[in-house]
Amino acid sequence: MTMAANLARRLIGNRSTQILGADSSSGAATSVARAFCSSSTPITATLFPGDGIGPEIAESVKKVFTTAGVPIEWEEHYVGTEIDPRTQSFLTWDSLESVRRNKVGLKGPMATPIGKGHRSLNLTLRKELNLYANVRPCYSLPGYKTRYDDVDLITIRENTEGEYSGLEHQVVRGVVESLKIITRQASLRVAEYAFLYAKTHGRERVSAIHKANIMQKTDGLFLKCCREVAEKYPEITYEEVVIDNCCMMLVKNPALFDVLVMPNLYGDIISDLCAGLVGGLGLTPSCNIGEDGVALAEAVHGSAPDIAGKNLANPTALLLSGVMMLRHLKLNEQAEQIHSAIINTIAEGKYRTADLGGSSTTTEFTKAICDHL
Amino acid sequence: MARRSASMLSRLLANPSSPFTAPSRSITYMPRPGDGAPRIVTLIPGDGIGPLVTGAVEQVMEAMHAPVHFERYEVRGNMRKVPEEVIESVKRNKVCLKGGLATPVGGGVSSLNMQLRKELDIYASLVNCINVPGLVTRHENVDIVVIRENTEGEYSGLEHEVVPGVVESLKVITKFCSERIARYAFEYAYLNNRKKVTAVHKANIMKLADGLFLESCREVAKKYSGITYNEIIVDNCCMQLVAKPEQFDVMVTPNLYGNLIANTAAGIAGGTGVMPGGNVGAEHAIFEQGASAGNVGNDKIVEQKKANPVALLLSSAMMLRHLRFPTFADRLETAVKQVIQEGKCRTKDLGGDCTTQEVVDAVIAALE
Repeated sequence: MTMAANLARRLIGNRSTQILGADSSSGAATSVARAFCSSSTPITATLFPGDGIGPEIAESVKKVFTTAGVPIEWEEHYVGTEIDPRTQSFLTWDSLESVRRNKVGLKGPMATPIGKGHRSLNLTLRKELNLYANVRPCYSLPGYKTRYDDVDLITIRENTEGEYSGLEHQVVRGVVESLKIITRQASLRVAEYAFLYAKTHGRERVSAIHKANIMQKTDGLFLKCCREVAEKYPEITYEEVVIDNCCMMLVKNPALFDVLVMPNLYGDIISDLCAGLVGGLGLTPSCNIGEDGVALAEAVHGSAPDIAGKNLANPTALLLSGVMMLRHLKLNEQAEQIHSAIINTIAEGKYRTADLGGSSTTTEFTKAICDHL
Repeated sequence: MARRSASMLSRLLANPSSPFTAPSRSITYMPRPGDGAPRIVTLIPGDGIGPLVTGAVEQVMEAMHAPVHFERYEVRGNMRKVPEEVIESVKRNKVCLKGGLATPVGGGVSSLNMQLRKELDIYASLVNCINVPGLVTRHENVDIVVIRENTEGEYSGLEHEVVPGVVESLKVITKFCSERIARYAFEYAYLNNRKKVTAVHKANIMKLADGLFLESCREVAKKYSGITYNEIIVDNCCMQLVAKPEQFDVMVTPNLYGNLIANTAAGIAGGTGVMPGGNVGAEHAIFEQGASAGNVGNDKIVEQKKANPVALLLSSAMMLRHLRFPTFADRLETAVKQVIQEGKCRTKDLGGDCTTQEVVDAVIAALE
């Protein structure tokens, strides 16, 4: 089993470096090549179980991955109880160094402690690891019926600037200004990643979402960068959609969209809207891409402190994020296996956790997935 | 005659709480002497499907013999600014009916829709997203009014290039405007018997800007003890809208979020082709199709004349109420609702294949 897996990985690896080799602008190519240098030794990945239901679902992930024979060794890191002066937050310097070293990570839900004098955990991760793109695939899970059956799209959101720069000030009493910043560099970076992703995953259309009729210079710059990158990929259709039209089309007919690339604020809203279309944040995987090919997959739901420790949590989001991580590492065969197992378990309907309308516990659900492998 | 009253009776019994149901005869509206004099309304056909749908409204108004005269002005979306005479006319008439004005993307021309709103200080934009009986959508029980601040926020138009490759845009929130819109939203809820007002924000990230907006809303909420007030973050709000829209009643939002929420809510209730909406200020009012004022359809629809006039017809009914002609408004709404419910004559976005003219004829025929 392991030898066959190694052979398969090397084969897939050759093809992928052929696809990615021509495009030198992405750091992802170098990271993949590096991962394959050690095809017989397991890949180390950082795992942040997080708070609340985090540890339980992280256990779930570890179990499924071991059963599937995924050659990953987990390096677990927990959020500290004191503020680390080097990072100014509860995340320790070692944790961040570990992600920088391993280049891949999986993160569970983290609750930011309330208080001042430290940065929020997500902000720390984002700034320190320079995570510039947030990728969220949204597809209807067969077997879990929502009002929308034919959703199959991916939202790619610029994650560092835009409206969330946090630069606000009070001009005079009662008047507040907030700065929205768009730079050429960041827009090019996320556009490059979006088109690269579309190409490697066989997607045919990339839509840039904007409001450039009102915000002409800022979203206009974003669009210009997207257009430049689009010219380099003539086989992918490129279109631009104004955000209010996009919202309406998404709720009327989500099948119209394929890959969406957007600046920060629109991305936040649209990606949550799309998550709502397929069943909520409990089922949505997500992956953050950083400079130098760093990929941190995460579950975007909250830490649900009220069901923590009761074996009731739904591990689907973290599992699907793990699958995204595997695909990033080009371990496509195992990714496909685990993915089908999850889909089949949910489709069958016999083992479903409470939020999907069933009554299984986390461990039963995990076992069902392992049985399907 | 018996058949019509039977159908009306069945409609009344089926849907007693829908605002579209008109009582068979209204006896409580007592006009003042002279109220029947015709009012002049500025009409701006606009671009794209604009002329088509405003033409539809004109036809229907004539058929009803409504005491409304239209003063028509040509404004195109690619003009530098709205002509002085148009603004003068709106200031004189106080009411305007408008088709869409397309803003060219990245063209360096500031949006004419925004210009009109800022000059006339029309600070509240209202979109009523409600399930129309007979139109099957994925969501039921949708009855949301989105009240959106219309003059400031992200649409201030203050952008500049700091250095080549870095552009800044200012989002301005003032206490004055936030309070104004909050007061309007609560008053609307109070006067229209609405139970809940929800403020939509992103104050966890934009602490000062949206924080100021929320503060203003909270202050106004204290004065209306009969109305429930709650707050929701905009991304969660979109998710809830798609999953459980019946939990929302009146929503008050700053400019950009309002645009998105209005379009999303319009989409789940049937599409922007059907939702009425208006913009209102202290002295003037502009009525146009509910969400997406800048959406003028594509050339194909214009050529084939298949634009959906329902949104503008319902907005003109709102306009008739604003002008204090409630029975005309009721008649128009009933007729339009009947046409949609019958389902024989619908344009493409509602799943049918009729032209605009056919829908107009059907509405005129349905007028009593």
